[in-house]
Amino acid sequence: MYKIITKREIAPNIISLEVAAPLIAKRVKPGQFIILLVDERGERIPVTIADYNRENGRIRIIFQVVGKTTAQLSQMNEGDELFALVGPLGNPSEIDNYGTVVTVGGGTGIASVYPITRELKEAGNRVISIIGAKTRDLIIMEDEIRKASTELLVTTDDGSYARKGFVTEILDEVLQKEKDVKKVWAIGPAPMMKAASEVTKPHGIETIVSLNAIMVDGTGMCGSCRVTVNGETKFVCVDGPEFNGHLVDWPEFMNRLARYEKMEKHSFEAYRKVCGEENG
Amino acid sequence: MAEMIPTPERMKRSQRPMPEQDPKKRVCNFDEVPLGYTTEDAIYEAQRCLQCKPAPCVEGCPAEIHIPQFILKIVEEGFASAYLEILKTNSLPTMCGRVCPQEEQCQRACVYNKMGKPISIGRLERFVSDWARKHDTKEKLPDSKKKSKLVAVVGSGPAGLTCAADLAKMGYDVTIFEALHKTGGVLTYGIPEFRLPKKIVGYEVDKIKDLGVKIVTDFVVGLTKGVDELAGEFDAIFLANGAGAPQFMHIPGENLNDVYSANEFLTRSNLMKAYKFPEFDTPIKAGKKVVVIGGGNVAMDAARTALRLGAKDVHVVYRRTKEEAPARAEEIAHAEEEGIVFDFLTLPVRILGDEKGNVTGMECIKMRLGEPDESGRRRPLPIEGSNFVMQVDMVICAIGTAANPIVARSATSVQTNKRGYFIVDEKTRATSREGIFAGGDITRGSATVISAIGDGKKAARAIDRYLSSGGSLRKSKK
Repeated sequence: MYKIITKREIAPNIISLEVAAPLIAKRVKPGQFIILLVDERGERIPVTIADYNRENGRIRIIFQVVGKTTAQLSQMNEGDELFALVGPLGNPSEIDNYGTVVTVGGGTGIASVYPITRELKEAGNRVISIIGAKTRDLIIMEDEIRKASTELLVTTDDGSYARKGFVTEILDEVLQKEKDVKKVWAIGPAPMMKAASEVTKPHGIETIVSLNAIMVDGTGMCGSCRVTVNGETKFVCVDGPEFNGHLVDWPEFMNRLARYEKMEKHSFEAYRKVCGEENG
Repeated sequence: MAEMIPTPERMKRSQRPMPEQDPKKRVCNFDEVPLGYTTEDAIYEAQRCLQCKPAPCVEGCPAEIHIPQFILKIVEEGFASAYLEILKTNSLPTMCGRVCPQEEQCQRACVYNKMGKPISIGRLERFVSDWARKHDTKEKLPDSKKKSKLVAVVGSGPAGLTCAADLAKMGYDVTIFEALHKTGGVLTYGIPEFRLPKKIVGYEVDKIKDLGVKIVTDFVVGLTKGVDELAGEFDAIFLANGAGAPQFMHIPGENLNDVYSANEFLTRSNLMKAYKFPEFDTPIKAGKKVVVIGGGNVAMDAARTALRLGAKDVHVVYRRTKEEAPARAEEIAHAEEEGIVFDFLTLPVRILGDEKGNVTGMECIKMRLGEPDESGRRRPLPIEGSNFVMQVDMVICAIGTAANPIVARSATSVQTNKRGYFIVDEKTRATSREGIFAGGDITRGSATVISAIGDGKKAARAIDRYLSSGGSLRKSKK
């Protein structure tokens, strides 16, 4: 079950896995996610589905090594099996023919925005995509996104590739120029999604963000992922993961993302130490 | 072999208490608190039974256990046959012996109850099932002919496991679909190790697998596949997905970092074994001053878990008094012995925090009891101006659960009530759609393990009747 079919390191510390999950591949739609467990003692972590193939029954996930679980996952090889994989979870993106739309992906958020971009274009939209990362090496899926969108703009924080600057700066420029943008999707780290929402707000353009909250079951049972949206408590797993970025209580959301920071750090350091010893 | 003793002597005896871990020691571990009867304890207690005919205790048992018969076998020291007697009607005896509220069921009906010393039926059931587990006593199944009809059970909690076991014993081909990566439902994610050790849950689940029941984990009915799709693949479906969705109070500060739902807190600890962090990867916070909101068994479980995780000071606030608290008296007593402080007639009004999201306190208001409400319990009313702030750094909200809509959304023509619970026929557990049955918390809101077991039994019988009379969901036109 849940066998890893292909594994590629597509950027330093960013891994792409294709996993056999026919039931998920059959039903998944852009915007949805899975929860996986590396082993019996592992943590359940949510990962957005970056791509899927209904014919061969595979889904693709892309993740950056940021802690113990992702580090362990990065050590797994083709042919290995995940301990658990469940999905597709959450609600799909609302794909429609809106006219002109902008999709923005920051860091590994590029992987999340990719299937949405592709589907939006297939639905007849004119899709302007903006992708960005800290530096040249960390820009992922450029060719795929280029193919999936009408127009692609690339940026790096340090200017080592394409335009120098943040995706939000480019987004601002696009909105100044394009007077008829109907909807924006912005997916990436929380500060980026918050900043993108601030950029679009004066233009009055609906902006969809996909929240990467801390979850346990991912099916509405625990409430770990709750977030205040427009003054109401919502569960990211069953009410989201996509919400209107203008209505999200960002300070609260970012506080809650840091709930286990110390423990996560401790866990990752202990793991690296053990692994270092084993490898050395 | 022990013998029955003369009736007057039986009546003279008092209830045999069950040994327990010392409260001072047990708050430092997650081991089971009650230690179980010794053989001598069990025989002594069993000898008290008057062997009433008809037996009122059986009337009080949703699992319909042959209570006097199994107790008599304990007296005769036939522990294996006592176990087999229980298994005739109940597939989860090690659980029932531990977590059933016997004082409200079989033991309330016991004739000794008027004297305040009912037979400790739960402790005896626990003794017998633990004995059987240690001695690997297996049930010999009648060679019931395998039937070709397929039944899907949604959820592997007590209702689902019971229904699946009963149907498998009748020869049906049963598949359970479980959303989590482990089986057992609330027995696994909800009830803590110190009340229900997980190896026991595993043992019971394995026995049910031995009956031929297939269990598919990591399968969220409603997302991985819908009920409507399953209806095209199975001849009957039993929905037992649990209530699931945690409720909050909707007071300011409820989304601060260290405010947990009891579901999250217990799921992290029980299912994910966060109490063993970092040996297990899932983290959990251990507050120093913890307050749990609620008066039910889940509130007790959360409070006692917080204590074991290292909290120095654990309070339970409940808006009514101890008398109205829905928790079992035994659980409240256990919590009190462990040093948990109860603040009755207290209602939280807001949770205070700093800008990083840390909890710094909880403001409450004092309550008094007024006239009885619809539930018959006296309505708690706030005492104006009695507000005060508790200094706490963690809050756990244990005020109940609501229906999770994921399963229902995928089930065409299966009616739910206003609160999202499936509407069923009380006796047959049949829903509004032929061939689909439902039981457990998703039909009534948070209740007990034993009521879920009772539902599972009723549904199994009704499903058998439906299938035996030619019914088939997958062959019927919707």
